[in-house]
Amino acid sequence: MLDTLLLSRIQFAANISFHILFPTITIALGWLLVYFKIRFDLSQHPVWMRAYRFWVKVFALTFALGVVSGITMSFQFGTNWPGFMETVGNIAGPLLAYEILTAFFLEATMLGIMLFGFNKVPRWLHTLATLLVALGTTLSAFWILVLNSWMQTPAGFEMRDGVAHATDWLAIIFNPSFPYRFSHMLLASALTVCFLVAGISAYRLYRGDNKKAPRLTLKTALFTAAVLAPTQAFVGDLHGLNTLEHQPQKIAAMEGIWHTEQGAPLVLFAIPDAETQTNRFALEIPKLASLILTHDLNGELKGINEFPGAHPPVAPVFYSFRVMVGIGVLMLAVAWWCSLRLYRKGELSPLQYKVLIGMSFSGWLATLAGWYVTEIGRQPYLVYGVLKTSDAVTTVVSEQVALTLIMYLALYVVLLLAYVKTLFWLAKRAIEVEEYDLSLPGLPEQKAKLANEGAEA
Amino acid sequence: MSLLTAENLALVFAGLTALAVLLYAILDGYDLGVGITLPMQQEAWRDTAIASIGPFWDANETWLVLAVGLLLVAFPAAHSAILHALYLPAALLLIGLILRGVAFDFRAKVKPERKIRWDRTFKFGSLLATFSQGFMLGIYVMGLQYSVGSVVFASFSGLCVTAAYAMIGNAWLIGKTSGDLQRHAIRQCKLAGVWTLAGILAVSAINPLVNANVYQVWTEPPLAYLFAAIPLLCFAMFALGYLALKRLPLPDDRGAWLPFFICKIIFICSFVGLALSFYPFVVPNQMTLYEAASSKESLTIIFFGAVVVIPIIAAYTAVAYYAFRGKADGLKYY
Repeated sequence: MLDTLLLSRIQFAANISFHILFPTITIALGWLLVYFKIRFDLSQHPVWMRAYRFWVKVFALTFALGVVSGITMSFQFGTNWPGFMETVGNIAGPLLAYEILTAFFLEATMLGIMLFGFNKVPRWLHTLATLLVALGTTLSAFWILVLNSWMQTPAGFEMRDGVAHATDWLAIIFNPSFPYRFSHMLLASALTVCFLVAGISAYRLYRGDNKKAPRLTLKTALFTAAVLAPTQAFVGDLHGLNTLEHQPQKIAAMEGIWHTEQGAPLVLFAIPDAETQTNRFALEIPKLASLILTHDLNGELKGINEFPGAHPPVAPVFYSFRVMVGIGVLMLAVAWWCSLRLYRKGELSPLQYKVLIGMSFSGWLATLAGWYVTEIGRQPYLVYGVLKTSDAVTTVVSEQVALTLIMYLALYVVLLLAYVKTLFWLAKRAIEVEEYDLSLPGLPEQKAKLANEGAEA
Repeated sequence: MSLLTAENLALVFAGLTALAVLLYAILDGYDLGVGITLPMQQEAWRDTAIASIGPFWDANETWLVLAVGLLLVAFPAAHSAILHALYLPAALLLIGLILRGVAFDFRAKVKPERKIRWDRTFKFGSLLATFSQGFMLGIYVMGLQYSVGSVVFASFSGLCVTAAYAMIGNAWLIGKTSGDLQRHAIRQCKLAGVWTLAGILAVSAINPLVNANVYQVWTEPPLAYLFAAIPLLCFAMFALGYLALKRLPLPDDRGAWLPFFICKIIFICSFVGLALSFYPFVVPNQMTLYEAASSKESLTIIFFGAVVVIPIIAAYTAVAYYAFRGKADGLKYY
């Protein structure tokens, strides 16, 4: 039987990995819906409402999955990691409380109006509700990333009798890694949504849908991705430099540097071997890692050997980092390749459609891989330098943890399959809707005038 | 800020946590109740019943997050003691909530022939979540101990909470629907009401027998006279509710919201009764709320946030309820 510590870590990883998939979509999709809604309000053109109405369904489903998987998280702190709140509760507590008070209620309440209130509230209120939902999801991301960043780079506190006490809330909120992590995550969300929207829109067009709405959403998503993918590379690089400053052992694991060296090579691929503390089958570019991280060809990078007993396992961090960067580069290439063709010829080739369909959920993989880098890279600490993961774990017997873990995993697999299938089913159903249905309420006075135009939307 | 002593803050946060639990029980209570007694006879009934809770369930569930969150941040030691003891039922509660939450959305979006499957999932998830809550309450009342007796009592408590949620859920439906479905809800509400009453009587009898502290609270004058008003009001409400349900539906739909209003009072009475029984303990007979409270500085900073934000939450919640007032109609996504 695995021990409670390992099982609790697997369970927490499973729950939070499942959870993060959905906010990653809703954070940016919320703002995309605001954009669609405002464009509709300004132009009164039904195509924007078409785009809104299709994607708001996806939003609703995703949001529901995010909410219910999030409730699990609020229980997990106490059930599996009592030591966390006992040690840093004075800091984590208020941050979590502010997240619930300022974000959760706002998004949950406004969601009702956004989804079902189109015909029941004034137009401006519906647009406002859409805006507040987007704001709520972003605020929620703000607070939870404050907490996570504080766990990586704790600041603004003092330890008294083994318990952390806040001394400076501004220093806690704007802790050293927060600005980088927050921008990195928001961009990750935006790119995930761009590729999801592009993928589903490509699926509809590839299947012979010749309406305007999917073409419009494809274009919006691809052009946005073409701008954001290089931005993300830049922000990611800054984030890396920040990590080098505050958590050098994480960088050592990411880059596979076992021993401190000057002019460290960039390891493109290798199999890190913890036994011999070397990389096997390494494919390297000389001196590049030093150049990227220290801006000096012969700059010194600290190796794992400098942190005995206080460094993360190398292999998972090393591999996850390569998955994240690999997908990021692929996204950049595909976004530019497709955007250029779309700009020049107005439509994509069948191959490009297929590639985009295949990459619909690529953002999920990159985001998860990125989180594995930063979270496993923080080990053996739960709060860097303050609290070790093994000191925070529950005393619940391992059989109970194992049993609940199996239940959660089985449920998550089923729900994930149902989610992906339902998204494509929604797309398929949208293809079959032939005309803009004028009996549907909510169109403005000009609806007769726009009816013909709308038929193609 | 001399009023904000550590003791006062602990009391304020105990009050806030209790309020969040009460609001959760009433609000998610009615939408879980609609789920438990989801009428499987007709698809149109199910659509209307679910449409009636559509815009609200998400915010309702947030009160649970707030309640658990407040317990976590204000009384961390109690949070881990309680959830440690309730590990398995809490996991079942979460799985129930996950199932019903997603079923709610999936049912409207999957292929038509799959819809009934998600409706069943919705009903099952609601039932699992409700029963688990009642079971957890039962174990909590029994001092977080597991024995044959406490498990039997907790299972019974699970049934009582299921009946109570079914009662308030159908009372909500009476207000939100009309015609055959409304008459169906009236019958269901009456039935659930009888079981709820039986449950409350049984728990009131057993609780003082197992907890000496509780016996003392309810029998020691002069407060006992004051406390006696609570069960009296509660039982009066049951009688009034029974009379109302016998006469409903009335022409012009008069009094359709009366049962829901009565249910709310019954919930408040039961909850206040329970809370008084356990004061000042937050973990029964083991830990008082003063012992479990976290540091004063942290509570102060949350306190000011809560003072500013909770009225705002109340305001926009009122806007949402106003926007969706009246009978539930075919709810559509736009």
